[in-house]
Amino acid sequence: MSEASAILALAHRDFIKLLRDRQRIIADFAFPLIFIGILGTTLQAGFGERAGINLMDYVFTGVLAQTVWQSSAMGLISLLADREQDFSQEIFVSPISRYSIIVGKILGESLVTLPQALAIVTFGFILQIHMSPDQLWRMALALVVVALFGGAFGVIVLANLSSQRAANQIFPFVLLPQFFLAGIFNPIQNLPLPLDILSKIAPMRYAVDLMRDAYYGGLPSSQQVQLFDATTNLAIIAAMFVAFMIVGTFLFVRAERNR
Amino acid sequence: MIRVEELVKRYKKAEQNAVDGISFEVKAGEFFVLLGPNGAGKTTTISILTTTLAPTGGRATIDGSDVVREASAVRRKVGIIFQRPSLDQNLTAEENVRFHALLYGLYRYAPSYALMHADYRRQVEDLAKLLGIARDIHKPVRTFSGGMRRKLEIMRSLLHNPKVLFLDEPTAGLDVPSRRTLWEHLSEVRRTSGTTIFLTTHYLEEAEEADRICILDKGRVVSFGTPDDIKRDLVEDYVLVDADDRSGLSDELARLGYLTSGGPPFKLQLDGHSVHSILRSIETPLTVVKTHTPSLEDAYLEIVSKTSE
Repeated sequence: MSEASAILALAHRDFIKLLRDRQRIIADFAFPLIFIGILGTTLQAGFGERAGINLMDYVFTGVLAQTVWQSSAMGLISLLADREQDFSQEIFVSPISRYSIIVGKILGESLVTLPQALAIVTFGFILQIHMSPDQLWRMALALVVVALFGGAFGVIVLANLSSQRAANQIFPFVLLPQFFLAGIFNPIQNLPLPLDILSKIAPMRYAVDLMRDAYYGGLPSSQQVQLFDATTNLAIIAAMFVAFMIVGTFLFVRAERNR
Repeated sequence: MIRVEELVKRYKKAEQNAVDGISFEVKAGEFFVLLGPNGAGKTTTISILTTTLAPTGGRATIDGSDVVREASAVRRKVGIIFQRPSLDQNLTAEENVRFHALLYGLYRYAPSYALMHADYRRQVEDLAKLLGIARDIHKPVRTFSGGMRRKLEIMRSLLHNPKVLFLDEPTAGLDVPSRRTLWEHLSEVRRTSGTTIFLTTHYLEEAEEADRICILDKGRVVSFGTPDDIKRDLVEDYVLVDADDRSGLSDELARLGYLTSGGPPFKLQLDGHSVHSILRSIETPLTVVKTHTPSLEDAYLEIVSKTSE
């Protein structure tokens, strides 16, 4: 009971922090809207017909998964900021398990991504992206998986960084290549071999592909868009999630204690 | 209550041990002070004892629980006030306290203060009153002064009734009135709950009231005992005397069997005698009488200057 309460308290704190941080709310909402509204629209206008798929839908689903995954991952990095403000001391001297701390953070950061996802979906409706209740339901489930997966990725990155400054410098190099290797804006079915290998080890790819499984499942264009079926994506995500969590938490706790 | 044996810590890439084989004990209910200049190893020691840092060697137990093997049990038994405030600036004072209560498993989670268990609300009200922050308990921490933040941290750290309260230089950066009120509150806490207090400081006046003091310098224990023990053991009590008839005085002092070193003026070790009895026994008319009864500050400076030589 006490571990569950502690996990909920950690998650609650993250959510409260979001609600009180106006700048973050604006930044979190602005970027995905720019990507979908401007990039999606221009791509569709320029290449839509040649690509044979609706690039607006394609970019929308990609950005939705990428935003939630990235936001959750970056939220975990806030443990580094906590450490620098010495707030993590309060968390780390408490009797709860180190795994509960990480689970609480992931849960909290996943919760934080939900308002963002809701705003993106609303924006999708405004741009007249068609979403049936069935699709919405599948996308909501996929979002939960994507948010938790992003959090686990954050843990493994966090475990290898020493400060918020290092995180700010290194994280873009970890994220930016994945934007293109995961196929957020660009189809990646026919990549040259080296890029194909890189794409297959980029965790974000599976988050984006799972979201497209949820959106395109059963649609005629699904063959052109989906890389793996939902079951395969879920299996890969589950394996990566467990590995990131175990290795990441172990390394993080060890780094905290063995300074 | 606390037992430290041959504790060693060497930080990664460091050439010297930050803590170099220290040993001491703290009894239950004691007000214990770990005193030393900056870089002496005080924060390292407190970090190991509170399980946030792994030692390189040696062992330490709190109330019988090993700080490495039984870290979780240790964490339940201790409260900590860190050198740098560890409050979340984004939360209100009460939210910080609630967060602590939930992390320590004291109450079941509820999403707001009003929905928390009545016992929690009563405890928060009582503690806030005790520390004089009842009116501000629902205000954001970022609006608090340094003194109020420290009070809030004390309130938070006492919530789970710790057996030992660790305070790592808690008054650093506080003005004199805030410092004084903080000590009044801590004395009150100690009087009412019997909590063992383990304080690190480099302010000597804060150590004067301690039951026992351990002085650290360069990671080693250089003195240990009550404030009086430390004064007695480490600094000489003596009286300086001089007279116009120096040879007569010198002969008389030798005849009386007083130990003298150097002079003139002649330095007489008290060695258990009172200044009064020494002066009464001297017949040679004295022109200079200077007594030297060291304060703890003198003792401390003496110790630290000796080790830095």
